[in-house]
Amino acid sequence: MSEGKTFKIAVGPVHPALKEPVQLNCEIEGEQVKHVDIELSQVHRSIEWIGTRRNPVQVVFLAEKICGICNICHTLCFCEAVESIAGIEVPARAHYIRTIAAELERIHSHILWAGVAAHELGFDSVMHYTWKLREKVLDTTEYLTGNRIGKAIVTIGGTKRDIEEKQFGKIREACNYYRQNFSRLRDIFLKDPIIKARARDIGILRRDDALSLCAVGPTARASGVKKDVRQDEAYAAYPDLDVKAITPKELLGEIRGDVYDRIAVRLLEVLQSVELIEKCLKQMPEGKIAYESKLAKVLSDVKQLKGEAIGRHEAPRGEVFHYLKMVGEETPYSWKVRAPTYNNILSWIPMLKGAQIADIPIVAASIDPCMSCTNRAAIADGKELGNEKLHRLSVEKTRSLKKGPGSERGNCN
Amino acid sequence: MKAEQVLASFKKRFKLKEARIDNVMHRANRKSAVPRIWIEIGREEFKEAVGHLCELHPMPHFAVASGYQIGEIIELIYHFSLNYGKPQGEICIGIKTKLEKGNASIPTITGLVPGALISEREIQEMLGVKVEGIPDSRRLFLPKNFPKKVYPWRRDETGPNKIVRNMHKGEKK
Repeated sequence: MSEGKTFKIAVGPVHPALKEPVQLNCEIEGEQVKHVDIELSQVHRSIEWIGTRRNPVQVVFLAEKICGICNICHTLCFCEAVESIAGIEVPARAHYIRTIAAELERIHSHILWAGVAAHELGFDSVMHYTWKLREKVLDTTEYLTGNRIGKAIVTIGGTKRDIEEKQFGKIREACNYYRQNFSRLRDIFLKDPIIKARARDIGILRRDDALSLCAVGPTARASGVKKDVRQDEAYAAYPDLDVKAITPKELLGEIRGDVYDRIAVRLLEVLQSVELIEKCLKQMPEGKIAYESKLAKVLSDVKQLKGEAIGRHEAPRGEVFHYLKMVGEETPYSWKVRAPTYNNILSWIPMLKGAQIADIPIVAASIDPCMSCTNRAAIADGKELGNEKLHRLSVEKTRSLKKGPGSERGNCN
Repeated sequence: MKAEQVLASFKKRFKLKEARIDNVMHRANRKSAVPRIWIEIGREEFKEAVGHLCELHPMPHFAVASGYQIGEIIELIYHFSLNYGKPQGEICIGIKTKLEKGNASIPTITGLVPGALISEREIQEMLGVKVEGIPDSRRLFLPKNFPKKVYPWRRDETGPNKIVRNMHKGEKK
């Protein structure tokens, strides 16, 4: 190939090595990436627009559906914003329960990510191993909340469910499980020569780039920026827990800001979350779990508010930010949801410049992108399933399920 | 630097239309509150205000720009935070500016905070605010076939209401 001639290849929106609906238009010279252009707009769902047509109590349920994995993060931010406007005092016990739920979510998210990262490297046996480890946190979440993923535990002014003393045993058991398995997980990811070869000095984000591009979460911390909302703002139970932002220096002794560092930070954060949960269980105060248990009363308190507020939370991927404005109507006047990937997208450009084609998937995955959070209008100008048809299909499906296994399932054609 | 000092330094240099500190109590131990600064500044001084923020902190963290339209006014709020990295020391500041709907434009701040590009592209397509000097003015979140001159964050005739189909109201005949 002649010198200086470039080609364009598109990675995504549907690509076997990139599980998120995003399009990376890469300009390639030989095997090397020269320039990257990012196209979003694949899964915009108008969540904010829908939110401004519902009352705050209904929005709590909507916020939980913004992202499957980060279901605590968005609800927590939204509730925090509503509580700030209304001046609602959340009981201390509820803050502790929220913190435990948030940390369980972090363990789940980071281990899930570790599996995805291994898969992107073509190391599928490690993917299956890490996802086996992930089962424990899912089981614990199910035990505490009734669901494996969607926890539905945070509500305006507190939490919906309590974590009782008799349940502590199972949570401690899960914490011990992750403590025991941590060294093995660390050795697999940080000592394996193949992972080292694929991750060391690949996809470097320099500290000044991380700062100027306003990167957040493990992406920023792996480049040496000690940003962590749990430490900097210390909301909920975090001021009692002494959280410190983790950089790869603690484990590796140096900071290079590459994929390997991002793996190290996330692994350390799993251990950090385990410690935080154990501390929460030790210090959990007695008391109510919500300022008001009757939902009708909560609704009457929050539906004619006037004012504006923000809510912030350190999600597994970084800072989540919500802005809420109420003008005395039942529904929010403006609701802005900003997920961590939104801020981390621009970091892809310096990371991918100069990288090899084969490194694109792991570098892209290394910020742990979540596109559903970042995009939030679906314009269907083709086949559309109308209300009646959807209803008919679901009735058929329910009937067939009632007949028991083996019966013909609902036909969706 | 404390929140009061940050606010005082703004008051000293600029003519603020609104300036307040909300103390938010969202900590289990209720020992101290978290300050949130809100200021409103004229459009002409907006960029200078962001520059002032960069003087207070070498690289303020830019969270996002939110915005909405009320009557003939478009209000933009740029959310920043200072002092990140210091335990319990972070200060959030929202810089508001009001623009006239008919001719809404705002200078780009990407020269000061390069990470603001995504937000600027977003407010341009979602609110129809022209960002002067933006390095990349293409659409970002809206699909390519989304109608022109429809701005999803607006509530007037240029808002998305015309193109919304409410599925619960039944199928279009």
